[in-house]
Amino acid sequence: MTALVETLGLTVRLGGATILDRVDFGIERGEIVTVVGPNGSGKSTLLRALLGGVRPAAGQVRRAPGVRLGYVPQRLVLDPTLPMTVARFLTLSRRVSRAERAAALEKAGVPDAGGQQMSALSGGQFQRVLLARAILDDPDLLILDEATAGLDQPGAAAFYRRIEEVRAETGCAVLMVSHDLHVVMSASDRVVCLNGHVCCEGAPEVVAEAPVYRALFGEGTQGALALYRHSHDHRHDRAGSEARIREAG
Amino acid sequence: MLDDFMTRALLAGIGTALAAAPLGCFVVWRRMAYFGDATAHAAILGVALSLALSLPIFAGAMAIALLMATMVTLLSGRGYAMDTLLGVLAHSALAVGLVTVSFLTTVRIDIMAYLFGDILAVGRDDLAVIWGGAALVLALVAWRWSALLTTTLNPDLARAAGIDPKREQLVLTLALAIVVAVAIKVVGVLLITALLIIPAATARPFARTPEAMAVIASGVATVSAGAGLHASYAFDTPTGPTIVCVIAVLFCCSTAVSGIRRLALRG
Repeated sequence: MTALVETLGLTVRLGGATILDRVDFGIERGEIVTVVGPNGSGKSTLLRALLGGVRPAAGQVRRAPGVRLGYVPQRLVLDPTLPMTVARFLTLSRRVSRAERAAALEKAGVPDAGGQQMSALSGGQFQRVLLARAILDDPDLLILDEATAGLDQPGAAAFYRRIEEVRAETGCAVLMVSHDLHVVMSASDRVVCLNGHVCCEGAPEVVAEAPVYRALFGEGTQGALALYRHSHDHRHDRAGSEARIREAG
Repeated sequence: MLDDFMTRALLAGIGTALAAAPLGCFVVWRRMAYFGDATAHAAILGVALSLALSLPIFAGAMAIALLMATMVTLLSGRGYAMDTLLGVLAHSALAVGLVTVSFLTTVRIDIMAYLFGDILAVGRDDLAVIWGGAALVLALVAWRWSALLTTTLNPDLARAAGIDPKREQLVLTLALAIVVAVAIKVVGVLLITALLIIPAATARPFARTPEAMAVIASGVATVSAGAGLHASYAFDTPTGPTIVCVIAVLFCCSTAVSGIRRLALRG
């Protein structure tokens, strides 16, 4: 199986600093991959390189021919001077029928948002509208950049479940980035730990039923979250949370 | 019909208003007000150079405006904050332009006409340039509308949709330079930014979509051009500043109405 997008020995330098160092990364059709890493580890740069917004210093970015990307940005700051209804936002890149629009909003879990102003939405609704826009174009690969950053844990869990459903319905691959080193979407097929280079890779540990897990995350996440145990021997910047995970495991 | 100077002035005002208003929405949304100012101020240098070299004023003003816009884009993000950089470039360009004009001993020009516009002196040729430029800007903005909007929202979102944000930035820069060159004769370099920003700001409280805002802004600008022209005739005041005064009054009304509406909703 060939990758939808992949990087081969990708090196990116920004203002003299090496942000990404010979990164080999790929994602295949239908796969869910979570990229974790501390702040400044180059996660967002990797996404931007995959989208084509960063010029590599070395190596290359390959996209399968005709691959359609859907992108959910980390945060969309809407200037208050820009009036925008949800319906208009969804039809920005191309004309979309009312039915298509309604279907996308339904899939994203905000069926009634169409007539509202973007600025009137709550954080969770806003992310879902961004998701609706991304899935409108029937993408082969959905890219999410810390899409749950502004949400609390039940909110994030609900958002992850929504993405799982979208994947199940459309079969698109999902690539998401998270700054949380240990708590990832449980449906991830692979977790990649990035810190300038790829530190380690593996499957998340689904421990949703363990009592310690419930103690850690509380009720209401319904198995959407899982732990990721890092297999590299060095620590990142969050010794505290590593210790916490050891107790939990 | 075009023999009457008032008719020509009215047509010039409407042409400029129609080109400036939709573009002005982008200037407001992207917070480019100072960028517009810098481009407009640089145009006075273009005017001086055109007079010195006996070139058409429109071409000279547009060339220097474009040069300025490109320079700002290239220099941004290299040490100075954007507003500092624009402040330096805008006022340096204006000063250099004014000094250059003073060297032109062969032509006696009324510099006030270029600083504040001289809409009553618009001739048939000027009218052709103004409407040609306005049509070009409207076509450019209409053609790139969706791509420009997406880029304005988020550059990465644009990239994912296959839009090059840099190219869209270039389109805006080009359109801005054309509007500046077109509007010199109408409101002058010092008040061009007013024509871009105030109609858009006036339209904001009454618009639910970007398109509605552009249409309302165009209406505000057109009405202001007509009303300002007549007011300046009636009160014998300079026309360019009078037009801007009318837009400012409409802006105050709009702000008051939206304030009252908010209060009514709360109470």
